[in-house]
Amino acid sequence: MKSYHHTIGQHNYIFKDLKDLMAKASPTRSGDFLAGLGAENAQERVAAQMALADLPLKTFLNDLVIPYESDEITRLIIDSHDEQAFKTVSHLTIGDFRNWLLSDDADTSALHALSKGLTPEMVAAVSKIMRIQDLVIVSKKCEVVSKFRNTIGLRGRLATRLQPNHPTDDPVGIAASILDGLMNGAGDAVIGINPASDNVAQVTLLIKMLDQIIQQYQIPTQSCVLTHVTNTLIAIDSGAPVDLVFQSIGGTEATNRSFGIDLNLLSEARDAAYSLKRGTVGSNVMYFETGQGSALSAQANFGVDQQTCEARAYAVARHFDPLLVNSVVGFIGPEYLYDGKQIMRAGLEDHFCGKLLGIPMGCDVCYTNHAEADQDDMDTLLTLLGVAGCNFIMGVPGADDIMLNYQTTSFHDALYARRVLDLKPAPEFELWLQNMGIITDNKMITLGHNLPNNFAKALQRLS
Amino acid sequence: MSSNIKSNSVIENSWAQLKQLTSARIALGRSGISLPTHAQLKFQLDHAQARDAVYFQLNVSKLCADLTQSFSSMNLESIGLQSDAIDRPTYLKRPDYGKRLSQISKEILLKRITKAKFSPNTFNYDIAFVIVDGLSALAIETNALRFLKTACTNLQSEKFTIAPFCVVEQGRVAIGDEIGELLSAKLVIVLIGERPGLSSPDSMGIYLTWHPKVGLTDESRNCISNIRNGGLSDTEATMKLRYLVTQAHKREISGIALKDETSSKQSLSSLNSFLIE
Repeated sequence: MKSYHHTIGQHNYIFKDLKDLMAKASPTRSGDFLAGLGAENAQERVAAQMALADLPLKTFLNDLVIPYESDEITRLIIDSHDEQAFKTVSHLTIGDFRNWLLSDDADTSALHALSKGLTPEMVAAVSKIMRIQDLVIVSKKCEVVSKFRNTIGLRGRLATRLQPNHPTDDPVGIAASILDGLMNGAGDAVIGINPASDNVAQVTLLIKMLDQIIQQYQIPTQSCVLTHVTNTLIAIDSGAPVDLVFQSIGGTEATNRSFGIDLNLLSEARDAAYSLKRGTVGSNVMYFETGQGSALSAQANFGVDQQTCEARAYAVARHFDPLLVNSVVGFIGPEYLYDGKQIMRAGLEDHFCGKLLGIPMGCDVCYTNHAEADQDDMDTLLTLLGVAGCNFIMGVPGADDIMLNYQTTSFHDALYARRVLDLKPAPEFELWLQNMGIITDNKMITLGHNLPNNFAKALQRLS
Repeated sequence: MSSNIKSNSVIENSWAQLKQLTSARIALGRSGISLPTHAQLKFQLDHAQARDAVYFQLNVSKLCADLTQSFSSMNLESIGLQSDAIDRPTYLKRPDYGKRLSQISKEILLKRITKAKFSPNTFNYDIAFVIVDGLSALAIETNALRFLKTACTNLQSEKFTIAPFCVVEQGRVAIGDEIGELLSAKLVIVLIGERPGLSSPDSMGIYLTWHPKVGLTDESRNCISNIRNGGLSDTEATMKLRYLVTQAHKREISGIALKDETSSKQSLSSLNSFLIE
């Protein structure tokens, strides 16, 4: 195994292998220390970053952080690598690559053409020597568009997942949150429920309910019940109207095994959803969630730092042409991302790596109550992601998810980002909002004052 | 001079009647497109309560004294212990430290056991209760003593031998494994402060583990969650606990092999949603 080193003054810093170098070069985060992988001090970190900057991009095709023989995701990364696309940058070091990404030559079409020539390890490596503004300015140049019943990821647009969770999956409580969300312009990425129960019959009822709501109000969006992929397969088999297949994924084969999945199972699920042909403007049928720390949490990180593991999960996502991918960045807790600063940096890294690899990246801008974070941190990350061109964020009533017990962005937060950054909903959904009278001014997002007639009728059914 | 500025700029939502259907923060109204002052400060208060619960320090000596006094008729003592996590920031960053006793605490516990002089190859106790601050010492301070009075009274008829109560600072669920193993208990029952939710800073959880020993993981445990005022009541929780305790002793198992069959799973019989015609 090749070791790496870098000398600063009298001190020669030695890194025992590529994954050690990558881990030591990572900006501070608690999870890498929990794993025993982080840099011992600030100078060692910069020494690692300098050594990393000198590495040729090609290194990552030969020196594999997790062996080809033992991990199907490494095999996927290597076997699907587009050498032709890579040729344009194959002579660069990581440091040169950063300079090129920031240069005016690296425009939207150049980045798009390159994406399949890049591996997760390459983009993770370059992100480690980038500041937040670098991550933002390069992400902003990427445009990754996906389609099902609407078009997500177009420049100047920000979509939201309407997340109407309820602790007992009560359909009435869920419907109340859906109406609240729609009236605040949320729901173009997906109307997606995290069910409290894994019971397939119950999950199927929720799928049917969402389908009926979307049909009745002719909402140009898609639904998803975020249950295990095997449950969704059973639901599809029994004739449930499934739009999107959801699954949590990680960046190592063993992480995915701990989730009860592998690439074959995901293929089977994608084919099953695809065969239903429910999309109207496109056929991206997968919804994936990820998050730094999941590999270590499953004791399946193999000495690889958490951000590199996370980027490897995007290779899995990319293989299945998803509609939506988001990192649930602050959900995992302070032992992986300790505070607002770490959550913010991780959210922007994830978005950057995802976009550079060509996946339709969103972000669950979130935190738990035992993390050193608050609403100000979420506002900052949301604003930065909005500037960076993030495809979508979450929307829950009042930022409080009463089922998952964490805080994510609210319907109001999404309206804030859309207004200050002049971002529009997905075009098909925007038109629907206008026709319903929910938004009244398409120049500066402004909400109407009246309840649409069909919603007023729905409320009458309650009294 | 009179002002042109309205004293109330909040636009209320005409669907506010839906609030009664869910505890989600719906129909909050808006100022422009932003969150009105009242809802904003309500959220900040709820978050503040959850944050303070995370940093609330358990008064170990007081809880030990209260337990000893309350259970004097059953002749049960209490022992105060600490994990390897020296403070809250360390506890939050290093879950592994919170799963093990500090060296001093380990010695304290071993001394107490030597004093008891039990024979090897048999278990000293049927049940050991371990009371742990977890992520909300507030939950323990609010619920533990009250719940234990109900639970122990209920379990008395089963004639179980119960170990001295262990009260642990900066602990995680798995610290019960080490304590239960050292005490030589057949079953360890950990009462622990759960991760505070925005509307539930004081929620207590209970974890049962049969034949506790260091290194066990979550699949060997059964959990009863959300014990608090407004959550699962002491009576309901005790009913579940009694079932699990007696079944664990009878079948000599815990965890995924032992399902809580007392819970009546709520199932959705119909869609019955007002949004659908």
